[in-house]
Amino acid sequence: MIKAILIFNNHGKPRLIKFYQHYTEDMQQQIIRETFQLVSKRDDNVCNFLEGGSLIGGSDYKIIYRHYATLYFVFCVDSSESELGILDLIQVFVETLDKCFENVCELDLIFHFDKVQYILQELCMGGMVLETNMNEIVLRIEEMNKLEKSEAGIGGTQSKAMTAVKEMNISNITQKFKDIKLPDLPNLGSIKLN
Amino acid sequence: MDAAIRKAKDSFGQIFDKNLHDLVRGIRNHKNNEAKYIADCVDEIKQELKQDSMTVKANAINKLCYLQMIGYDISWASFNIIEVMSSSKFTFKRIGYLAASQTFHEGTDVLMLTTNLIRKDLGSQSMYESGVAISGLACFLTPDLARDLLNEIATLMTSNRAYIRKKAVLIMYKIFLKNPDALRPSFARLKEKLDDPEPSVQAAAVNVICELARKNPKNYLSLAPIFFKLMSVSTNNWVLIKIIKLFGALTPLEPRLGKKLIEPLTNIINSTSAMSLLYECINTVLAVLVSISSGQPNHSSAIEICLQKLRILIEDSDQNLKYLGLLAMSKILQTNPKSVQIHKDLIMQCLDDKDESIRLRSLDLLYGMVSKKNLMEIIKKLMVHMSKAEGTHYRDELLAKIIDICSQNNYQYVTNFEWYVSVLVELTRMEGTRHGKLLSSQLLDVSIRVESIRPFIVAQMAILIDNMHIFASSISLASNNTKNSTDICEVLNAAAWICGEFAQHLTHPCTTLDSMSKSKVTNLPGHIQSTFVQNIFKLYVHLVQIGSSDSDKCKQLTESMLERMRQFEQSADTEVQERACSFLQILKYCDKMLDSEAQGELGMLFDGELNPVAVKAQRKVPVPDGLDLDAWINDPPSDDEQDDLTSSQEKQIFIKNNELKSFTGYGGNGSAEPTTTVSVGARKIQPDISEEDLVKYKENRMLQLESNPFYIKSMKKSDSLVSNSFSKSASISDSIRSQSIDLKVPISIPGVTSSENYYRMSKIDDENKKLRKKMKIKKDGKQKQVQEEDDDEPDQVVKILAYEMPDGALDDSDDDTKRPNDPNDPHRALDINLDEPEIVKPIQPKRPETLSDKKINGAKEEEKLEKKKSKSKSKSGEKKIRRKKSEKELLVSNDPAPIVETEYNELVSPENETNIKKTDSDDFEFWLKNDQIEEAKTEQKIEVEKPVEGKKSKKSKKDKETDSKKKKPKKVKNGQSEPQNGTNEHDSELVFKHIASNKQLNISALIQANRMNMNQLIINLRLGNLTTDSEISSIELNILNSASLKLLREDNKSSNESLKIPFSLLSSQDNQFECFFQVNDCTFPQNLKGNFTYKFNTESGSIHEKIDFKLKIQCSNFLISYSCDNDEFSNWLTSGQLSAKSSLKFNVSEHENLDSILGTLTSNFNLNIIEVLENNASLFASNMMHQPICFLFKLVENKTVVVDAKSNNQSLIENLLEEFRAVLSQ
Repeated sequence: MIKAILIFNNHGKPRLIKFYQHYTEDMQQQIIRETFQLVSKRDDNVCNFLEGGSLIGGSDYKIIYRHYATLYFVFCVDSSESELGILDLIQVFVETLDKCFENVCELDLIFHFDKVQYILQELCMGGMVLETNMNEIVLRIEEMNKLEKSEAGIGGTQSKAMTAVKEMNISNITQKFKDIKLPDLPNLGSIKLN
Repeated sequence: MDAAIRKAKDSFGQIFDKNLHDLVRGIRNHKNNEAKYIADCVDEIKQELKQDSMTVKANAINKLCYLQMIGYDISWASFNIIEVMSSSKFTFKRIGYLAASQTFHEGTDVLMLTTNLIRKDLGSQSMYESGVAISGLACFLTPDLARDLLNEIATLMTSNRAYIRKKAVLIMYKIFLKNPDALRPSFARLKEKLDDPEPSVQAAAVNVICELARKNPKNYLSLAPIFFKLMSVSTNNWVLIKIIKLFGALTPLEPRLGKKLIEPLTNIINSTSAMSLLYECINTVLAVLVSISSGQPNHSSAIEICLQKLRILIEDSDQNLKYLGLLAMSKILQTNPKSVQIHKDLIMQCLDDKDESIRLRSLDLLYGMVSKKNLMEIIKKLMVHMSKAEGTHYRDELLAKIIDICSQNNYQYVTNFEWYVSVLVELTRMEGTRHGKLLSSQLLDVSIRVESIRPFIVAQMAILIDNMHIFASSISLASNNTKNSTDICEVLNAAAWICGEFAQHLTHPCTTLDSMSKSKVTNLPGHIQSTFVQNIFKLYVHLVQIGSSDSDKCKQLTESMLERMRQFEQSADTEVQERACSFLQILKYCDKMLDSEAQGELGMLFDGELNPVAVKAQRKVPVPDGLDLDAWINDPPSDDEQDDLTSSQEKQIFIKNNELKSFTGYGGNGSAEPTTTVSVGARKIQPDISEEDLVKYKENRMLQLESNPFYIKSMKKSDSLVSNSFSKSASISDSIRSQSIDLKVPISIPGVTSSENYYRMSKIDDENKKLRKKMKIKKDGKQKQVQEEDDDEPDQVVKILAYEMPDGALDDSDDDTKRPNDPNDPHRALDINLDEPEIVKPIQPKRPETLSDKKINGAKEEEKLEKKKSKSKSKSGEKKIRRKKSEKELLVSNDPAPIVETEYNELVSPENETNIKKTDSDDFEFWLKNDQIEEAKTEQKIEVEKPVEGKKSKKSKKDKETDSKKKKPKKVKNGQSEPQNGTNEHDSELVFKHIASNKQLNISALIQANRMNMNQLIINLRLGNLTTDSEISSIELNILNSASLKLLREDNKSSNESLKIPFSLLSSQDNQFECFFQVNDCTFPQNLKGNFTYKFNTESGSIHEKIDFKLKIQCSNFLISYSCDNDEFSNWLTSGQLSAKSSLKFNVSEHENLDSILGTLTSNFNLNIIEVLENNASLFASNMMHQPICFLFKLVENKTVVVDAKSNNQSLIENLLEEFRAVLSQ
């Protein structure tokens, strides 16, 4: 089971939080802070697993995270999940984001936190892995977007705002994830994503 | 007018309102006064939520979601969220569900209102609407919702859209968690989904079952065959990983399963390129190896492969793989420490890794790496690490590991206890550790159990006590800062006790006594103080006894003791106070009566030998027969108050002493006697000390401090011990005297030993030994290395006392792992045996699964099952029977062919009905049993593989025996005669059927199922040379493989190539050989086509010839003998799995009776007679695909046979029935 999925940036600002167990908002923020503390002090070339982290803790749980450019993707899972499997899942998640947002960057996540949640909903449900096939997820997201568009009539104001945001240039956070060359870990691609 | 404006605002509202992007941008632009900006926004949102327009509301909720993410509580908007959820537009609905999934939880009361809304959405025509509803529901499911929506979700599991199916299947797990009652009725459907054509649905089902099985594995053992099949079929690595993880959870319960798994798993390990899969396979193989007894040599190869792969992982540059490799290796360590030791170099290397996670993992492994030789070196390395370690977590971990490593197996690897004590003493000086208790108990343990070390350890402890202020300062620090609390002062507890108990080893008992009664002591925690009080008194007794000749001195001592005890008399801690008071009383008595007699009596207070008593010893004492510990000895007391008081005080004494209890047992004379006797008089005395006394006492103490000679003495000592801190000691001793220190850095204490020295010494020793060895080698060059290593084994033989256990202690293996189950764990409620039909029975307390249970071998397991069966049979009694009957009626009424069904029921006598169980578990047993049969016959297999005539016949004889044994029906009811065994014997008479011949060659064949390997068919081909004068050689066989039959070849050539027969035939000679065929389907008869080519030597030369043959393989050829008893037979019939049925009627000659018919049948087919009743008989058969077939024979009017058959495959039974007819109507 996955207990929580967090995305925060290099300064610990949350970009997505999904807890599959109830915590109060204060507690959630504290967990984010503490996890950030744990994760951020680790070099990029150490392993991606962390044990303990008192808040989300229990000996059965592990933090599995990945660092892409300005963002940390953190999963807190118990022992029923395969460690390398979750790393691959994070990769699937990021690649899916990349496909849905066309060269995703932190800004996309900030202004479309809801869309990111919808994508996550296709990936995991209630703490369990739902779908690992990226193309299937992208297809579903696109179909839902179409559905939304048809309901909004002509374009709608939202999409205009979206493009406006895209054009904005806030230099420090527009670094594309893609620049980091995603598949740089040897275990990647090892799982067949059918 | 107003309304019109509002309407206009509603419709254009969204243009003027802030949307999410404006909000985000706004927050970013107001970095300095974010809180205020957000407060404004929230006000705005509240206004927006009041509007009628759903667009505005949804927009507002969307913004709230964002605010929730950055930490704002939005639960006040719960109702509005539901409003948005109920919108008819998907866009808004999705926003609503998102907000709900982020904020709703079990305590959200408005969730009660959502049941119908969600029900409607689940049933929506749009698949995305119901998809969104399921996803949302998965996050905020409550027991009520789980109960009310179960049916809807269960229906969605069979939706024709895979997208919905996978979500519905996955949410079932959540439903089970919230509503355990749902598990039983929905499980069958869930199980079906394991075969879903859509891989993602299948994956979801595997996922759910794996989660369920992880918490209650024993209920899912019966699914093992299904998962086993899935494992061999599935190509989806996600699914494979889950299944393999599941097997890892199941194998501890069923060692036979593990044996079956090893081969396929090692195959995956060798073949897969996916690291994640490889890793999980290794993990499960390791779990298997743990579960089956490790003595089996044939599994060592599996361990080897695992280790080899793990080493590759650890050596990998990827830190993740390194980490996981170490993690898995620590699992091997538990069972095969030797094989891990080979990789010591690697692990030591990882200890220096820059990654803390990796260091921690390699620390775990170090435990198994140590030997007598390298212990000092390893510990030294760890100590260095410890001084460098930055985080307290890692340091604590190191400390615990050091103690762990050294104390393992009764200090197996510690050769020099002085060294070990030095290590422990050094560890006490580690800053901020939380393992004070651990250190303390370790010191106590060593001092009690290693007699020879006592003088040394006492000296060390005396020094610790003299420098108590260091620990005392850590206490004051700790009280200020609770977060970094350290309990290092616990060490003083041990120190005081050791000094008191082994006072005879103290070099300067007076000094120690002085230090122990310093005023600083009163700052210590209560339980430590009480130890101090007790041991001060012990010291006093000791001093009185050694100084008995000098009565003046004794008098003096007693008086000063009276002074000292007073400071404890006023302690806030009742335990300390009580002890102090009682000792004071004794002291006063001594003061008056001090003569030789009293001294002797004093000595008796602490007389007796100390034996180490095992921690669990008390629990192990078996309760004698007839003793009821819960019964009142006297009538319950009427006056509660008084009783409460005393009992609570008594309790306290015991609680306080608890930690020391295991050490304070006094010989055989009952434990803790002194404490209790002393405490009797204690309460009488009220402490009354005047101010004057206090002042006097203080002055006294100052004087003592001034004149305390100990510093000089300890300096002397430090000379001999070569303390590395020697040079500093002078300046430090100054600061000690002033006592105003609040040191944060651990200071070195003069006189305290250093493990470094011992390490150096041992190194020198080693060098010397090596030198000596070299000399020896020079002298005696041929001496073997091994011997030398033995030479230097024990440089110091230390006697370590074993823990005492009471006589007649019970076996201790069982209670070690008993862990209290968390009553709040939702998985407890899911502990439902799905194989057993639901039975209304009184709830029995379940015995928690224990380690020993898990280790029970297969046979015992079965025995247990048997017992359980019989137990439940007798318990549920009649009720169950009735229930069964009604179940049957149900079954019958649903049946499209009720006649057959009822006839079956007639056969099953009511007695047997009670035994009826669902078949899954039996199925599982069967699945495993086959494997055992396979194993048992491996010996024979070797023989079989050699096509030698002589051995051949032997084998068949053996088979004959086993067959006939097996075929004996276990129960014959109603005294009916059973068909003669002779006929059974008959069938295994191996009759070769002629299949082809020409002038030179005659070919006949015998078809058998391979008992050694399921899914294999053995065809024995016998070739006969018909000529009288020529030799047939170079025989080659070509087989045309069909879809369901494939020739298995040992030489890895393709099956299209011809198979060379390894013999040639002289004239008139016969020979035979076996071919193995892989069978994929055995539900229809098949033709095997092929030909032989051979060289035929005549006088005129050799001629090449060819002969074609065709072999008809019937369905019955696939039948295997399988013993089935009445119970199992009825199980099959009631299980509902046998969906295919067929019936056949034909005439036989009139002089046949049922017995002869059955005789003919059993001689021709592998049938198992279950029961014979007058003109009816029930038979059972199983084929190599484990397809069960049940037959019912009826002989009507002595000439017509009616056969009804049931199985799970239609064509199978139809074909079989045709064969029966062919045989019988001949």
